[in-house]
Amino acid sequence: MSETDPVAAFRVEAGEVLEQVEQGLLDLGHRLDDHDLIDAVFRGLHTLKGSGAMFGFDALASFTHHCETAFDRVRKNLTPATPQLIAVILSAQDHMRALIDGDGTERKAEGDAILAKLQAALDGAPAPTPAPAPVEQGWRLSLRLPPEAMQNGINPLTLLDELRTLGDCRVVARTEQVPLLGDLVPTHCMIGWDVELRGAVARADIEDVFIFVMDDMDLQIEQIGPALCDDAHDAAAAPAPFASPSPSASASASLSAPIDDPRPANAQEPAAAPTGRGAPKTGESVRVPAERLDLLMDRVGELVIVQSRLSQLAHSSAADVALHSISEEIERLASELRDTVMVLRMVPVATLFGRFRRLVHDIARDTGKTIELSTDGETTEVDKTVIERLADPLIHLIRNACDHGVEHPEQRLAAGKPVAGHVRLSARQEGGEVVITIRDDGHGIDRDRVRAKAESHGLIQPAQVVSDQELLQMIFHPGFSTAPQITSLSGRGVGMDVVKRTIESLRGTIDVESVLGQGSTVSLRIPLTLAIIDGLLIRVGDGRYVIPLGVVEECIELSLEEDLRSRGRSFITLRDRLVPFVRLREMFVTGTKPSVHQKIVIIATGTERVGLVVDQIIGSHQTVIKPMSPVHCNVPTFAGATILGDGGVALILDVVQLVALGQHQEERLRAVA
Amino acid sequence: MTMEETSQTEWDEDGRLEVLTFDLQTEKFAVEAVLVREILDLLPETVVPGADRLVASVANFRGKIIPIADLRLAFGLPSADSTMDSRIVVVELDVDGVQTQIGIRTDKVHEVTTLHRDASETPPTVGLRWRRDYIRELVRTPQGVIVLANLARIFDPLLGGRGTTPVLAPALL
Repeated sequence: MSETDPVAAFRVEAGEVLEQVEQGLLDLGHRLDDHDLIDAVFRGLHTLKGSGAMFGFDALASFTHHCETAFDRVRKNLTPATPQLIAVILSAQDHMRALIDGDGTERKAEGDAILAKLQAALDGAPAPTPAPAPVEQGWRLSLRLPPEAMQNGINPLTLLDELRTLGDCRVVARTEQVPLLGDLVPTHCMIGWDVELRGAVARADIEDVFIFVMDDMDLQIEQIGPALCDDAHDAAAAPAPFASPSPSASASASLSAPIDDPRPANAQEPAAAPTGRGAPKTGESVRVPAERLDLLMDRVGELVIVQSRLSQLAHSSAADVALHSISEEIERLASELRDTVMVLRMVPVATLFGRFRRLVHDIARDTGKTIELSTDGETTEVDKTVIERLADPLIHLIRNACDHGVEHPEQRLAAGKPVAGHVRLSARQEGGEVVITIRDDGHGIDRDRVRAKAESHGLIQPAQVVSDQELLQMIFHPGFSTAPQITSLSGRGVGMDVVKRTIESLRGTIDVESVLGQGSTVSLRIPLTLAIIDGLLIRVGDGRYVIPLGVVEECIELSLEEDLRSRGRSFITLRDRLVPFVRLREMFVTGTKPSVHQKIVIIATGTERVGLVVDQIIGSHQTVIKPMSPVHCNVPTFAGATILGDGGVALILDVVQLVALGQHQEERLRAVA
Repeated sequence: MTMEETSQTEWDEDGRLEVLTFDLQTEKFAVEAVLVREILDLLPETVVPGADRLVASVANFRGKIIPIADLRLAFGLPSADSTMDSRIVVVELDVDGVQTQIGIRTDKVHEVTTLHRDASETPPTVGLRWRRDYIRELVRTPQGVIVLANLARIFDPLLGGRGTTPVLAPALL
């Protein structure tokens, strides 16, 4: 684990760069002339090409090279950004991803097809009328690299040499920040430079020199003096008073026309921001493999357990005051450490939401609908394992919203709605839960159709009265789809039940609201973390068990008389409602006598309630959830286990299973009655 | 894990195999030494209601919840109270690429020793009171016959089913 495979690291990084490029491209689709976006995309492609070649992904490097070249033309205003071009590059993205993931040798034909399309998109685009770009005869640059630049492998001298290839340079070092010898850190770059660059050089060419350090460095570019030459088109004649510039500089200058650069002279504004979240600055974050975090979490869990044993010991041996105070100190440290580690595992949902823009874009293209996706609350943070497991259900719900929810443009027009359908994805935190909603402004769920379908499936009787919520929940039954036709996207009736099961396995709930003709909203409520829950510790026979506190509604006494009276039916009346209950002692075959003061713990999921008869309620317990061993995977009653303060193990009850069991029991009894 | 893999004994090129030997009742058993992670005194165990009787309980092993298996049940041996010599042998099995630890309750742990292929024979088809596929080899030694147990085969039905029936009927409900 400690060995890092450079190729694997490249794959991870390249994946992220690709994602950023993709976001940039999608944004660009809306703002075709946004230069910052174009630059960001170009830089992403350039990085891919460079690092791809470095790690031996030659197919990727050469393929990306063509895309980069195409985008370079856009960047230099030689070709306008068109929707066609962006669509081609988006499909090229998928190809690049395949090249990164695979060995990338036998996909040449595929790549060539995309490149042919790319060429077509470039050719098809109208040539920009006046080749725009500024003409400048001289620049005054003031630059200062961040101190740690050299550690990151940037050589300032190479940058200056590169500047010299553009034209004649007079470089003056600014040394006022160089500290005294005693304070000097040899690897820190404390020197700044003033450069006077003479020649017919385009501003973009100067910026290109600094393209990879621009975000972090101090760079000011000012134009000096009027044009020294009259005609910038005549590149060969341009640098009259100075030494001849490099061919590349003259070539790019010859393509530029005398239009003033509309951008402000101050280039300090980082050009990276438009990718949405922006590139993280160097030194601010550390990439850590996820399994190390899991390991850390495990260790902290163990520490918390050992600490609670220590504090038990300290409390029992009332003698030693010193031990007592140390134990308290450790308790505080352990709980702080636990909180810190929990936060480490939290990642913003933005990482999740980002993937869906492409999804919606593709669905819109495939179905011929116009769909806009808007998101908010991306900064809401959720445990990373929760995020990972949310991805598939969300993809499903969004597909549903786009495919079943949002209507075709003509239907929308007929209904008096804007042509573009709108899907809104939002996240917010509420207490210990995160709420994710997917809202569409489509035609909503047709209750009559759901009802007809439910009746034909035998889920409800023709005359049976069901609540609106119950009816809507029918869509989560396996094999249930009200879509009249099956599309490639959805309608096969698989999925919604899987969505529900996944959400429940995350101990979450799922709610549907829908107004016919106005759209539907699906809300997912999911606990922020899977690793630690508040639990209610109970005793049944000789065993101790944990019930997640979140589902406990109340605890009531089960008197001996009541117990005897309810022998045959296992129901209690609770505020005029019959609640089925399960005797855990019988269910677990403990072979022990019931305690004199049995309790019923009422648990609820959604609208369903069930009582669990326990021998004793021990108290609340901070529960570090440990998975059950795979050999116990066929024991459905338990969702996991936890380690108690005395080192013993308590099993965590799977609430969903127990409620289902209670419901089953209720139905059976009804059938008998 | 295919049947072929689980039924092959991994002798080295000289026909030897390092094993850990232990007692279940009066019989002497062995498991491959490479599988053994640790030998522990008995741990406080927690019964898992509804679990297969072969792995009826779990214990806290350094902050991990591991199942405790009673191989006596797999080999039809009578169970008995634990003694001073009782130990838990923690083994690690590869279950579809995931390392899974299981504690095996033994009546006495002997030693790590080397078995020889020349002295071993595959279990006979008749006259054996145990399930034949639970045994990789029977090895003659001066101290008597050692049974090399096929752990992967014994636990396989518990790990995801794969169409095989459980070893023992679970005591559910």
